[in-house]
Amino acid sequence: MGIKGGKPKSMTDAPLHYCPGCTHGIVHRLVAEVIDELGVEGRTVGVASVGCSVFTYNYFACDMVQAPHGRAPAVATGIKRARPENVVFTYQGDGDLAAIGTGETVHAATRGENIVVIFINNAIYGMTGGQMAPTTLPGQVTQTTPYGRDVKTAGNPIRVCELLSSLDGVALAQRVTVDNVKHVREAKKAIKKAFQYQIEGRGYSIVEVVSTCPTNWGLSPSDSLQWLRDNMLPHYPLGVYKDVGEEAKE
Amino acid sequence: MSGLNVLFAGFGGQGILFTGKVMAYAALMEGKELSWLPSYGPEMRGGTANCSVCISDEKIGSPLVVNPDVLVAMTLPSLEKFENAVVPGGKIIIDSSIIDKKVERTDIDVIYLDASNIAEENGLKGAANMVILGRLFKECGFCSEENLDKGLQKSIPPKKANLLDSNRKAIRLGMES
Amino acid sequence: MSEKVLMKGNEAIAEAAIAAGCRHFFGYPITPQTEVAAYMSKRMPKVNGVYLQAESEVASINMVLGAAAAGVRVMTSTSSPGVSLMAEGISYIAGSDVPALIINVQRGGPGLGGIQPSQADYYQATKSTAHGDFHMIVFAPSTVQETVDLVAKAFDLGDKYRMPVMILSDGMLGQMMEPVELPEPKEVDNDSKEWAACGHKNQRKHNVVNSLYIDPATLEGLVKKRFERYAKVQAEEQMAEEYLVDDADIVLVAYGASARVSRSAVDMARKNGIKAGLIRPITLWPFPVDAIAKAAEHVPKFLTVEMSMGQMVDDVRLAVKCARPVEFYGRTGGMIPTPIEVYNKIVEMNGGEQ
Repeated sequence: MGIKGGKPKSMTDAPLHYCPGCTHGIVHRLVAEVIDELGVEGRTVGVASVGCSVFTYNYFACDMVQAPHGRAPAVATGIKRARPENVVFTYQGDGDLAAIGTGETVHAATRGENIVVIFINNAIYGMTGGQMAPTTLPGQVTQTTPYGRDVKTAGNPIRVCELLSSLDGVALAQRVTVDNVKHVREAKKAIKKAFQYQIEGRGYSIVEVVSTCPTNWGLSPSDSLQWLRDNMLPHYPLGVYKDVGEEAKE
Repeated sequence: MSGLNVLFAGFGGQGILFTGKVMAYAALMEGKELSWLPSYGPEMRGGTANCSVCISDEKIGSPLVVNPDVLVAMTLPSLEKFENAVVPGGKIIIDSSIIDKKVERTDIDVIYLDASNIAEENGLKGAANMVILGRLFKECGFCSEENLDKGLQKSIPPKKANLLDSNRKAIRLGMES
Repeated sequence: MSEKVLMKGNEAIAEAAIAAGCRHFFGYPITPQTEVAAYMSKRMPKVNGVYLQAESEVASINMVLGAAAAGVRVMTSTSSPGVSLMAEGISYIAGSDVPALIINVQRGGPGLGGIQPSQADYYQATKSTAHGDFHMIVFAPSTVQETVDLVAKAFDLGDKYRMPVMILSDGMLGQMMEPVELPEPKEVDNDSKEWAACGHKNQRKHNVVNSLYIDPATLEGLVKKRFERYAKVQAEEQMAEEYLVDDADIVLVAYGASARVSRSAVDMARKNGIKAGLIRPITLWPFPVDAIAKAAEHVPKFLTVEMSMGQMVDDVRLAVKCARPVEFYGRTGGMIPTPIEVYNKIVEMNGGEQ
């Protein structure tokens, strides 16, 4: 997967609990590498959300706060307002960010809250065992859409980057994935830009990482990546949805 | 107990709460115990405005004046609502420019004060509340004249200091009524 | 001490918090507490503080959690329905062992209820704020001055015991003005909390502010440890005011606004030859069991007066171990009992007409 070298300083020695083929581990590492490279591990505070990534507070070596389900942007707001010198990021899944925490997400974004949001979109609730997520694809089978997501009754999935890109407070809204080396590099670049924007005081940045959930998708790790390419990416196209840095150049 | 419980009752915009505040501040200057309690909420939006002021030498218990020693009534509905609540031997001060009703109770002292007209005739439109406060002071003497003036000064924010003299004048008119 | 000024209870809360070194306020408008937020929005920028109007009470309490986790003095203010929305966050604050001040200017309920003064959130404040085994310290001031004094104490005790503290006010205390002396402004060292998540500066191990413990034995151990702290709070922090209790034949127990009404009723009773007294709990949690139990040694009857259908009365009965009759008089829905109503109840308990 193109991950080489030793463990980043910004990760602890705790063994990750994630399932084989889950992309959380890669994204954790990218975030930690970015923190290392920017040299901000001593002033970074991360906010763990509720979902599979709830234990991130064990994995990142910076100070961490564990937030109630969906409330990570509000908790991050409190930290950032109390300690503007800190670099603050949240790490949230799709259920956390786009279902129960939609209000907190939209308002942190529109306030231009100067934080970084790492958003893991794997179209399913992982921790509770594979229920429909706000980003579950039309027709996708989950534990709570056993006949496939029928948008007439279960509603349509939310495209978060598209939604947030219309808000003035957003500095960066970019969708990436980590299914191959090229995409991993792009993902890291986006995460780094998000952290840089915070350090420059530009406002709210979100990096959406289209991710896998082999266990709850019922697929092997490699089949999961292919399913992601075949099904997720057409519905959630990669790309930059908003970038105040690029706008300034135009 | 040497206390005085006053209920100011009227319409939003008549300066009901402000009148109570001046009285409360005057009592503070006098070194008395006191409380000031307004009505609040949607009923304040263009509706009735009430304000309870308690002054005492002792600690104030309930700040809500249910049975006032003095009722200040600045609208007919507020007079009708509270006239029977006034303690026997108590007083009602009525702005008779606005209210033409006569109170039937004989066990209380009713003062019909042409407050709005007095204010307007003296170029103090909208200061009927201060005319009434002057009269209330004359009737009940809840503090020294000096402290009443200090109370007024405390109640007017520095930005609106230009209003001090007109209010003083209105209070004086009430005292002399 | 500064000279006495007239202030509304709500504004006094805000100014007292600033004097106590609080520089972070997150809130959401709701009657009858809105003056707290409005006052903060005016004052905080002038003292280099943070005022932020959140999108909901859910968000504001979680902003409080974040700021508290980062180690600063922080507060929010709301009214009854808002506390229901904050319940989750308060549980996390307690479970994460961080201090925060929550103001509840109570109004009538349930549901949207009303906006007039109420004391119907006693159970919520003292027993069932949210999920899990935890407590808040709950103060119930009855004057504007006491509100001011308790704000400073609330912050200090919150820091000392690392727990959420609530000031349970009501619409009457929030809206009324009384003379107050504000304390001298105090500087607070926001960098003194060694557990805070505010960046380790590469000088210590990373701090984690967290309430999740998957292993039941670990969680049980932590909760038990927390309850040892609570036991200390119960032993050391009970507060109550006694008024004419020593020779009393009937003692009223009432807090906050209803204690003021009760005091007037006690005075009326005394004037009419009934030996009435008043115990006014100032802390509702820890409940002043000691003061009430001591009184129960010689007081034959108790009367609890509340602006609710009767909530604190349960704690009074427990405090006297049901060895004395404890009766209840209350009004609810935003109705404030009058002294005469309470007096009539005293007369009735005293065996009828005076």
